[in-house]
Amino acid sequence: MFDMLAALGRQGISYIASLGKATLVVIHALFVWPQPIKNMPLLLKQLYSVGVKSLLIITVSGLFIGMVLGLQGYTILVDFGSEQSVGQMVALSLVRELAPVVTALLFAGRAGSALTAEIGLMKATEQLASLEMIGVDPLRRVVAPRLWAGFISMPILSMIFAAVGIYGGALVSVDWLGVYSGSFWSVMQASVDFYDDVLNGIIKALVFGLVVTWIAVYQGLECIPTSEGIAQSTTRTVVYSSLMILALDFVLTALMFGDI
Amino acid sequence: MRSRSIEILVGLFLVCGLVAALALAMSVSGLTLGSKDTYKVYAHFENIGGLTEKAEVTVAGVQVGTVSKIELDPQMLVAKVEMKIFADVDYLSVDSSVQILTSGLLGGKYIGLSVGAEEEVLIEGSMIEDTQSALVLEELIGKFLFDKVSE
Repeated sequence: MFDMLAALGRQGISYIASLGKATLVVIHALFVWPQPIKNMPLLLKQLYSVGVKSLLIITVSGLFIGMVLGLQGYTILVDFGSEQSVGQMVALSLVRELAPVVTALLFAGRAGSALTAEIGLMKATEQLASLEMIGVDPLRRVVAPRLWAGFISMPILSMIFAAVGIYGGALVSVDWLGVYSGSFWSVMQASVDFYDDVLNGIIKALVFGLVVTWIAVYQGLECIPTSEGIAQSTTRTVVYSSLMILALDFVLTALMFGDI
Repeated sequence: MRSRSIEILVGLFLVCGLVAALALAMSVSGLTLGSKDTYKVYAHFENIGGLTEKAEVTVAGVQVGTVSKIELDPQMLVAKVEMKIFADVDYLSVDSSVQILTSGLLGGKYIGLSVGAEEEVLIEGSMIEDTQSALVLEELIGKFLFDKVSE
């Protein structure tokens, strides 16, 4: 009885301790940024591997999701004779929900897992320890550029996703299915508001970017330094970030669009 | 050389993001920087029945402007609708009439403007006198039932 209670307590304490450690890591890495000029090449390199290399998967999935939305929306709306509203449907669902969420999920799989594996391997091969030995703060040199790169590239990727998706939807519904292009765009413009819809979508993407890279980096730093441990941490990064994205998405949507 | 090509690719990535942001702002949400030249005209409606701001103003189905403001006129207790008409459409006569219409069965409301015959044209601040309110479905059904009963 008491053993069970103690086990529960131990787990609770270690859970809270790891939360605290993760918070310290992110605060330390984000707000200690003393030499922007010197660290610029590091950030650029991370932007390249996190952002530029994710570009292909983001544009292709954005295009296809937009095209599917256009097709599905058209077949439903044409029954009511209001197929010109398909632009509104495609744009609102992409800008508000699908672009930030799907981009973040892809980003967690494409970039988050790579970050965890990279940092985990650095830990396993004791590169982080040797950095500390020669007096370089690994948080500043290794973790901070990666966090910032994720934070910067997620909103950009999400906006690219939304824009490509909307043009994909326009391609299907206007060019292939014959919705009048004037009403397609004007209905869309009348219903999408820049501040309420587009900016809130970008805020969502910012939050997801921070959460995904944060989880990825922390799992990398905390992994058990064996090949099995790295595999576990990488899996955990993808699972935890996907769950966090979906849960946070509900909370953010309720705050932004719902009157809960 | 290697780091230079990375810099170029990252620059390209940021430019892509900027282009996407501009596309979302301009063509999707219809935000205009340094707004297009327009002039304002006004009209009173007894019932706007779901007309919203940013709705289209059309002549013969072609957009000539947007609805920019809807408010209640405190004296006459009717809706006062402010419309911004594009400056290059400066040939709409003062006796034009406006009507609130619905596009499709479920589509949004828009304003249809029928051009009159007068020589004088609408200018900044003009009031359109001849207006026709939106069709409200409940009123129509009510009328129909009332007619049926009285038969």
